[in-house]
Amino acid sequence: MEFDLPLIWASLIAFAVLTYVLLDGFDLGVGILFPFFRKGEERDYAMNTVAPVWDGNETWLVLGGGGLFATFPLAYAVVLPALYAPITIMLLGLIFRGVAFEYRWRSGSSQGLWDLAFTVGSVTAALCQGIALGALIQGIPVADRAYAGGWWHWLSPFSLLTGVAVVVGYALLGATWLVMKTTGPVRERSHRFAWIAAIGTFLLIGLVSLWTPFLDPIFMARWFGFPQILYVVPVPILVAAAAFALFRGLRNQNDGQPFFAAQALFILSYLGLGISFFPYIVPPAMTIREAAAPDESLLFLLVGAAVLIPLILAYTAYAYWVFRGKVDPSEGYH
Amino acid sequence: MPELYDAVLLARIQFAFTIAFHIVFPAFSIGLASYLAVLEGLWLYTKRDVYLQAFRYWMKIFAVVFGMGVVSGIVMSYQFGTNWSVFSDKTGPILGPLMAYEVLSAFFLEAGFLGVMLFGMNKVGPRLHFFATAMVALGTFFSAFWILSVNSWMQTPAGYAINDVGQFIPVDWWAAIFNPSFPYRLVHMVLAAYLTTAFVVGGVSAWHLLRDRSNEAARVMFSMAMWMAAIVAPIQIFAGDLHGLNTLEHQPAKVAAMEGHFETRKGAPLILFGLPDMEAEEVRFAIEIPKLGSFILTHDWDGEIKGLKEWAPEDRPNVPIVFWSFRIMVGLGVLMMLLGAWSLYQRYRRKLFENDLLLRAAILMAPTGFIALLAGWVTTEVGRQPYTVYGLLRTTDSVSPIDAPAVALSLLAFVIVYFTVFGAGVYYVLKLMSHPPHPGESGPPAEQPIRAAGLTPGPAQPQHEPAE
Repeated sequence: MEFDLPLIWASLIAFAVLTYVLLDGFDLGVGILFPFFRKGEERDYAMNTVAPVWDGNETWLVLGGGGLFATFPLAYAVVLPALYAPITIMLLGLIFRGVAFEYRWRSGSSQGLWDLAFTVGSVTAALCQGIALGALIQGIPVADRAYAGGWWHWLSPFSLLTGVAVVVGYALLGATWLVMKTTGPVRERSHRFAWIAAIGTFLLIGLVSLWTPFLDPIFMARWFGFPQILYVVPVPILVAAAAFALFRGLRNQNDGQPFFAAQALFILSYLGLGISFFPYIVPPAMTIREAAAPDESLLFLLVGAAVLIPLILAYTAYAYWVFRGKVDPSEGYH
Repeated sequence: MPELYDAVLLARIQFAFTIAFHIVFPAFSIGLASYLAVLEGLWLYTKRDVYLQAFRYWMKIFAVVFGMGVVSGIVMSYQFGTNWSVFSDKTGPILGPLMAYEVLSAFFLEAGFLGVMLFGMNKVGPRLHFFATAMVALGTFFSAFWILSVNSWMQTPAGYAINDVGQFIPVDWWAAIFNPSFPYRLVHMVLAAYLTTAFVVGGVSAWHLLRDRSNEAARVMFSMAMWMAAIVAPIQIFAGDLHGLNTLEHQPAKVAAMEGHFETRKGAPLILFGLPDMEAEEVRFAIEIPKLGSFILTHDWDGEIKGLKEWAPEDRPNVPIVFWSFRIMVGLGVLMMLLGAWSLYQRYRRKLFENDLLLRAAILMAPTGFIALLAGWVTTEVGRQPYTVYGLLRTTDSVSPIDAPAVALSLLAFVIVYFTVFGAGVYYVLKLMSHPPHPGESGPPAEQPIRAAGLTPGPAQPQHEPAE
């Protein structure tokens, strides 16, 4: 039996990145919304909802990077120099917000500083991830197995737009997460943020979706050519359905529905990107097959991944199960 | 091309700087995670509260250290691509899967169970909680396994072929993973992590014992730490010697730099100290013991030792750095062994907790594990130069096509951020360490909330309690 190993791995890397976005998205979102909660109790409460899981969430980003290095080393070697500045700044942002989880409990009077670091780090990381995405969609010049552009190539109106879109989208994930996990004033405020962020997210998704086809004729043909349009038309229809579920859930004060509808929205947008990209991994210069490591490498890692990824998903699910349900704000204050 | 050279040098400094910070945290957490598992296991087995006290005490410190390790580690996983893209393209087919295995088998395991370990005691019960602690410890070990395999492959590449676009491709995975220097390096590094942790634990508990000799948790910690020093330090010196002999076999130029030998000769002396001069190709003011160098390396008083002149000047590592970092590592290792032996003597006299001088020495020795670890790492990595893949891929041919100013700017940003962030982290860790372990370690929280709870919260039993 023949396996198309590069395709399998492209799917697995895409899955890792999507999982990262879905999971770390909401805890970055909590960081983005952090300054809108009152110092002390409210912020403690918001942070408590993500403290036990953020670390595992971020590990999916390491898998995205490490997996790309392993299975598509050429893409890794081209994309990271191309996105040098946004990636570096994202890493610095992640440092600030990551250590804030521990530091703010240890810092006494300077807690406000680490609260600020948590927010600034989260916003920066989200913005840079969005910019990196936009820069990748725009295309990266490649010559002779190396990045061939300047060090400002990633910066454009389009990449700034995708940057803002990701910040607003993560804020939506964070707000709906807090709606699900909290009670009282934090939930009420998060509910209001969820409305605002939801409207913003839809406007921005619309804008990015309309702009993308004009960046590259390949994207245009994929979305508006015939008969391809018949295959892709379910995506916007499902987006509308997710939007309906999201707003309805918010209106009815449901706990979980807005969060899962927001997640669905992210999955669909991601699927849309996948449709635009395929079969490229670095559009328009490099296809999945061109960038792939030799089959020996792909197979060797696949054997382990086939065992380990289900295992990881199982114990990640277990960790979420242990910390399921509403977080009790009073606990810890006796 | 001076321009290119600058970018290479800056990229090297950036890698050295970020990994020097990074290596310290995981090394400490490898040792500390195992220590925590042992403490919790002892607590479950003996039901003695003092073990739980010690467990909770070090868990708070572990949480901060682990956090710093995670964020500095994420930087590493992307730095291969940003600054060393040619290296990544060429070695990705072999090193990539090994690193991906590290992520899959180690990072997820640690991160997945860390939340349960830190916040979950009252939700999952002591037995499952112990399981979570053991999984975190196992994760740190897997992590060391894979990353040291990667590092060793760069030193002693094996099991590869080179394809038509210049990539290293796997031929024999077993040979690549268990490459010639890997078993030695793994043992040496894991023991180093244990020793580092033991000396930190020893120093902290000695500090508290000087103030209160009846502090039971501090006594237990100090006793355990000194057992580790007495047993592991000699083993480490033996393992280090084997590692050195392995290096002599596969990277003789590195050993020549470590020893400061420029001339190839039979019956070479052991140079204790001196000033290596790469221009003049000699060690000035050398204090040496005749023939001992040959004896140590070849177990023959007249054995032949290759000198650096066997290699062209552009193929040699930086001698003074390797020479001195090696001496710092060995010197500290010997001091560690002596402290361990001294503790055995005081233990035999039943004065382990009473001898002020021993306690003071233990405090002084607390950071030496980190210093020895960094010195050893400098020895092996600078000794690998001028190659990234030893003998096959030069460092100058590994770097990204990034302009020097961009690398300089990001280096500056890393330096500022690391000193701020990790400086603060070290301060918080020291603050935690300045509080003596006490029976109230398991008490209810005073002013700090515990950080998560589920639908069925048990009695409030904070795993994360306030420093004050």
